[in-house]
Amino acid sequence: MNMFVEIVISFFLVVAGIFGLVGSFGMVKLKDTMQRLHAPTKATTVGVGGVLIASMVYFLLVKGTLSFHELLITLFLFLTAPVSAHFIAKTFIQAKMKPEELPGSESDYGWAIYDDPPTYYDKD
Amino acid sequence: MRRRLLPHPLFSLSLLVVWLMLVNKVTPGNVLLGAILGVFVPMLTAPYWPGQPHIKKPLKMVEYVLVVIWDIVVANFQVARIILFKRNEDIRSGWVCVPLEITAPEAITLLAGTITMTPGTVSAMLSADGTSILVHYLHDDDPDTIVEEIKTRYERRLKEMFP
Repeated sequence: MNMFVEIVISFFLVVAGIFGLVGSFGMVKLKDTMQRLHAPTKATTVGVGGVLIASMVYFLLVKGTLSFHELLITLFLFLTAPVSAHFIAKTFIQAKMKPEELPGSESDYGWAIYDDPPTYYDKD
Repeated sequence: MRRRLLPHPLFSLSLLVVWLMLVNKVTPGNVLLGAILGVFVPMLTAPYWPGQPHIKKPLKMVEYVLVVIWDIVVANFQVARIILFKRNEDIRSGWVCVPLEITAPEAITLLAGTITMTPGTVSAMLSADGTSILVHYLHDDDPDTIVEEIKTRYERRLKEMFP
């Protein structure tokens, strides 16, 4: 394996490691649940992405095979991260916050956990 | 006949592609197995998924995905900088309400996911009738610009795709 390929792979691995570390550090440092939610949903995306790019480059240039598993991991990560973050946020609001602490919803109905959705009879 | 057999053609196609990527080898047998999955999974789940999204200008999707990926990379650096170099007392986070113009459930789902993955914002809740979305931001000096950016950068593009 030539030197240049090794450097590229190491670069992506190191960047990924740094971002993974920053994301974990954010979990410890930030003050409340909602702030802590920002660290794993964002700072770690480049962390995981970097490892996956390094893996693809390794298989393509060193092993000589094209691997699609990394793209699938990216796809599933993008599908699951926002959904679980949404769940955590909603549970946090339900458990720890009062309706007065949130801004109003700017529509005829309140936020989903305090108000019922419009029923068939509401539509005229 | 086509509606009965293939109620969601795009879904069937993506199942086939995901199956081929999972086995990592394109052989006639794998294509056949993927095609069988692509026909039967949408058929079995059709009762839970009555509507069909109407996507106009599918090429816009490519542009949208590229914009979002770029923003995700930028978001990572911004959030990392806030975590590392801002003292906890200086971080001013809070909530904003973003009123929505898009109505398609698929478009709202995409927008909520995008908001969570991009610069310093997490989508937390919809209003009961699905016309506004509650967003938490990590740090911003001027919250109004967040609403403005979400609306012009993402919602405008989604509105063109899901009219």
